[in-house]
Amino acid sequence: MLGLNKKDTSLLIVVAILTLLAPFILNPFPTDSAMAQFNAGYPDLMQRFVIFGIFAIGFNILFGLTGYLSFGHAAFLGVGSYSAVWMFKLLSYSVIPAIALSVVVAGLFSLLIGFVSLRRSGIYFSILTLAFAQMSFALAYSVLSNPKFNLTNGETGLQVYSDDPQILQSANAPDLPHLFGVPMRATYTLDVGAWSFDFNAGYYMCAVIMMVVFYLAIRIFRSPFGMMLRAVKSNQQRMNYTGLNSKPYTLAAFVISGMYAGLAGGLMAAMDPLAGAERMQWTASGEVVLMTILGGSGTLIGPVLGAGFIKYFENIFSKINDNVLHSWFAFLPDGLEDAVVFVIHPFIGKGWHLTLGILFMLVVIYLPGGLVEGGQRILNRLKRKKPQTDETKSGESEPAE
Amino acid sequence: MAILKVKDVSKRFGGLKALTDVNLSVEENSVHAIIGPNGAGKSTLLNCLVGKLMPDTGAVLFDNASVLGLEPYQINQMGISRVFQTPEIFGELTVMENMLIPIFAMRDGAFRMHAYETIANETAIVEQAEAMLEEMNMADKRHMHSASLSRGDKRRLEIGMCLSQNPRLLLLDEPTAGMARADTNNTIDLLKQIKDERDITIAIIEHDMHVVFSLAERITVLAQGTPLVEDVPEKIRGHPKVREAYLGEAA
Amino acid sequence: MDAILLQILNGLDKGSAYALIALGLTLIFGTLGVVNFAHGALFMIGAFCAVTVQKLMGLSFETLDETQKDFLGNPLKVETPYVEAWFGPEVGATIIDWSVPLAILFAIPIMLLVGYVMERGLIKHFYKRPHADQILVTFGLAIVLQEIVKYFFGANPIQTPAPDALSGSIDLGIMVGFDTNAIIYPIWRLVYFGFAVAIIGAVFSFLQFTTFGMVVRAGMADRETVGLLGINIDRRFTIMFGIAAAVAGLAGVMYGPLNPPNYHMGMDFLVLSFVVVVVGGMGSLPGAVLAGFLLGILESFASTTWATTTIPGINQIIIYLVAIVVLLTRPRGLMGRKGVMEE
Repeated sequence: MLGLNKKDTSLLIVVAILTLLAPFILNPFPTDSAMAQFNAGYPDLMQRFVIFGIFAIGFNILFGLTGYLSFGHAAFLGVGSYSAVWMFKLLSYSVIPAIALSVVVAGLFSLLIGFVSLRRSGIYFSILTLAFAQMSFALAYSVLSNPKFNLTNGETGLQVYSDDPQILQSANAPDLPHLFGVPMRATYTLDVGAWSFDFNAGYYMCAVIMMVVFYLAIRIFRSPFGMMLRAVKSNQQRMNYTGLNSKPYTLAAFVISGMYAGLAGGLMAAMDPLAGAERMQWTASGEVVLMTILGGSGTLIGPVLGAGFIKYFENIFSKINDNVLHSWFAFLPDGLEDAVVFVIHPFIGKGWHLTLGILFMLVVIYLPGGLVEGGQRILNRLKRKKPQTDETKSGESEPAE
Repeated sequence: MAILKVKDVSKRFGGLKALTDVNLSVEENSVHAIIGPNGAGKSTLLNCLVGKLMPDTGAVLFDNASVLGLEPYQINQMGISRVFQTPEIFGELTVMENMLIPIFAMRDGAFRMHAYETIANETAIVEQAEAMLEEMNMADKRHMHSASLSRGDKRRLEIGMCLSQNPRLLLLDEPTAGMARADTNNTIDLLKQIKDERDITIAIIEHDMHVVFSLAERITVLAQGTPLVEDVPEKIRGHPKVREAYLGEAA
Repeated sequence: MDAILLQILNGLDKGSAYALIALGLTLIFGTLGVVNFAHGALFMIGAFCAVTVQKLMGLSFETLDETQKDFLGNPLKVETPYVEAWFGPEVGATIIDWSVPLAILFAIPIMLLVGYVMERGLIKHFYKRPHADQILVTFGLAIVLQEIVKYFFGANPIQTPAPDALSGSIDLGIMVGFDTNAIIYPIWRLVYFGFAVAIIGAVFSFLQFTTFGMVVRAGMADRETVGLLGINIDRRFTIMFGIAAAVAGLAGVMYGPLNPPNYHMGMDFLVLSFVVVVVGGMGSLPGAVLAGFLLGILESFASTTWATTTIPGINQIIIYLVAIVVLLTRPRGLMGRKGVMEE
C-alpha cells in the first residue's frame, strides 16, 4: 500500500491506530480514581508526544542513517517557532502559513549551518553544530532583541500583541491559532461512565502531520537515497571510490532533518503562540539525542517510541511524590516502607532527570539499539524457545535484520 | 593505444623523494603490473592516479584527459575503479545493497535526490546486481551483512562491485595481501576470468611474484621512486637490475 | 593603554578556567582517545568539594548563653562551630575563613578517586567503540553527576567566599605607573590566575621531565608501538585520567569565589571548553592553554561597553564566531596536528 512493503504498511497502520486512539489509550484510569493523576491523555501532553515524535523522526534521518551526531538541532526547532509566531503577528492566526514558513525557514537555516558544519566530520562536526546552536541561542536571547531590531523579544519570548498588524486576520476568525476557523485549543470531552476522554483539535492536526512525515521517513529509509545515507555511515572511502559524492548526500539529510525540526517548532507555536529562546538551548538538542538513542536510532519506529517514552515518564515521574510512594508501599512494615521510599525518593519527582540519565547510560552501554533492540531480543528469546522444544531447528543464524 | 599515461610525475614528502620523474603508460586491454621492493613508491603512485594525492609535478592522463586535481569520485565516474589492499566494502549493509550502490552510482552520477523512489521498483538495477552476484558466485549470500563475510568473499564482493560499473581501468592494490594460498589462487583465477571475458584494462600493484607472473602481460619495476625497467614478464624474470633491486632488499 | 591592560586582566580568570578544563580534555583525548562530555561535571564536582568543605567547617553545636538574653528574655542560643571549639576561637575562625583554599587538600584525593572510578568503571569499556558512543555515554554520565549534586545541594548557587585577606581589590595601575584607580583588580582573580599557571606548569613539567610523562607523551603519539614495547600503557592512562580529573576539579574548587557554584556550571563551561579545544587544535596541549587564555581575553574585550553598544550581545557569541572562523580557515585549529580525529 502507498508504495510500501507489507511490513512497513502494517507498521504505519499500527502507528496510525495508536495515534488516533491515543485519547483512549492514554486515559486508562477513571477520572475520580486515585490513579487518575497518571492519565496522560490530556491535550497538552498528547500534543507534546507527537510534536517531539516528529522532531525525533527527523533527527533520526540524519543520525540514524548517516551517523553524523548533531548537538544543535534545537536551533532549527527554535527558528521554526519564531517563524510561526511572526506569521501570526504579521498575517493572521491561521496555522497553515505559519507552519509552512517554519519549515522553509528552518530548511534554509539548516542549509547554511549544514554547509559549514559538514566541512568537518566526526567529533568536529558535533562540536561545530553545538557551537552554532549555542550561538543561535545567544542571538535569540539577547543579540536580536534590542530596541533597534527586535526579532525575538529576548527573555520574554516572542508573542502576539493586540497592536500587531495581522493584515489577513478576518473579523470573525478566532483570536488564537486555528485551522480553517477551528481553534487549536478546541477540545471535545467524551464522558463514558467514570471515564472521560479529551479529543483536541490541535492534537489531531499534529497527529495527522506526524503520520504524513512518518510515512515520508519510511519512504526515505527504503529509497536508494536512504541506502546512500547508510553507505555514508558505513564507509565513506568506498563511497567516494564508487563515484559517489558523500557531501551533498549528507547535506541533504541534514536539511531534511532540519526541516522536520522546524516543522516541530512551528507546530509547538501553533499549539501555543509563544516562542522562547530556551527552546534552542543545547540541552534541548541533547533531549532529542536522548529520545532517538533511547528508542533506537536507525530504526523507523525507535525515535517515536523514544519521544513518547521520555515525555510520558517525564510527566508521570514528576507527579510521584513521597505520599504516593508511601501509599504504594503501605503494605510493607513501617521501617521497611520508609527505607524503600527513602531509596526511591531521589529518582522521582524532580529526580526524573537522574533516572533518565541513568537509563540513557544503561541503553548506550548494554543496548545500543535502544528500546527497539530490547523488544527484538525479547521476541527472539520467546521465538527461540519453541523450536527447541520441537527439536527441529538448531540455532542456525538467520540473516540479520 | 595507451589508456593511462603517467608523465614525469614527482612527489616529495618533506625531505623524502617518494617519486622521481615517473613515466609509465598502460595499454588498453592489457594487464599491467607494477612491482618493486618495499618503499619503492608503489602506493604513492597509485594514490596519485586516483585523486588521493596530488603530485608535485607531472601529468596523469586517462584516455587523454587529465585526472589531476579531481576528487576520487570524479575519477571513478571517468571509468577507473579501485580495489583496496584490505577490502573496502559497506560492512553494515547487506551483500545485495553493496552491489546495488555502484550500479546506482553509474546510472545516477555522483549525487541524486532519489528519496521517494523504492529500491525494489528499480528492476533494471536490481537485475544487474543479481547478475553480478551470480557471476561472483555470491547469490546465496545476498542477504548477509557484508561484514560477516570471509576475507576471500569480501575480496570477491569488492571486485564484483568494481566490475558492476564496467570500468575501463581496474586498479588493484595488492589484491592478495595477507591471503592464504588457496584464497590467493582463487583470486588469481577470478582475475584471469575477468581478463578473458571482458574488455578491460587492469593495472595491478603487487608484491607477490606468483600473482604477478600468472597475470601480467607487461611489468614495470619501480625502485626508489623511479621506474627501473619495463618489459614483458619473461624478460623481467631474469633481468639483472631487477634482481639487484630485490636482492638489495633481501640482504 | 590602561583600558586595554584592564580588559586583558579581566579575561584572565575565565581564560584560566577554560585553559584548565581544556587541558584536561586534551590530555584525556590525546592519551585515551576518548571524547569526554563529562569533563565539565568534574569541574563542577571540584567546585562542590569547596562547598562541602565549607559546610563541614561550618558544622556547629548549640549552647545556651545564660549571660545574654534574647528579646523574649530567654537565654540566647549561641552556635559554636566545632573547629572553633577544637582549635580555639581565633584559629578556628581563620580555618573557616580559608575553607576554599583548604578545600584543595580535600579535593585532590576526591578528584583522583572520581577520575579513577570513572575510567575503570566506564570509560575503559568505550575505548574501542565509536566516538559517537563515547560522546553519548559521557553525556549521560554528565547528566547523572549533575543531578546527584543537585539532589544533595539544591538548584540554587551557593556562595563560597574567598578568605577575607584575599577578597578585596588592589590598585595594580599604580604599580606599573598608571594613574590611581586606573586598574583596580580583585585579588582573588590574581590568585586564580597564579594558581592556574602553577597547575599548568606542573602538568607540563610532569610530562616533560618524568619518565612517566615521557611514556605518556609517546603514547599520545603512537599508542600501539608503546604497547608493543611491553609498557603497561593502560595503567598509565588510568593515572592520566585521574590527573586530568584533578586538574578540572581544582579549577572548580578555586572558581567558587568568582562565581557561586551551581549544579549546571559544568555544562556551561564544557561547551565553551570544547570550543577552546577545537580552536587550540584537538590533541595539542599548548594549543588548549593558548586558546583558553586567548578566548577568555577576547570575551572580556567583547564585554566592554564600547563593544556591546556597537554590536549588542557580541560578548555572548564572540567565542562561537571565532571558533567557526578558525575551523573554516584552519581546520586543524591553531596548533593542531595532522590526522587527529579526522577519521
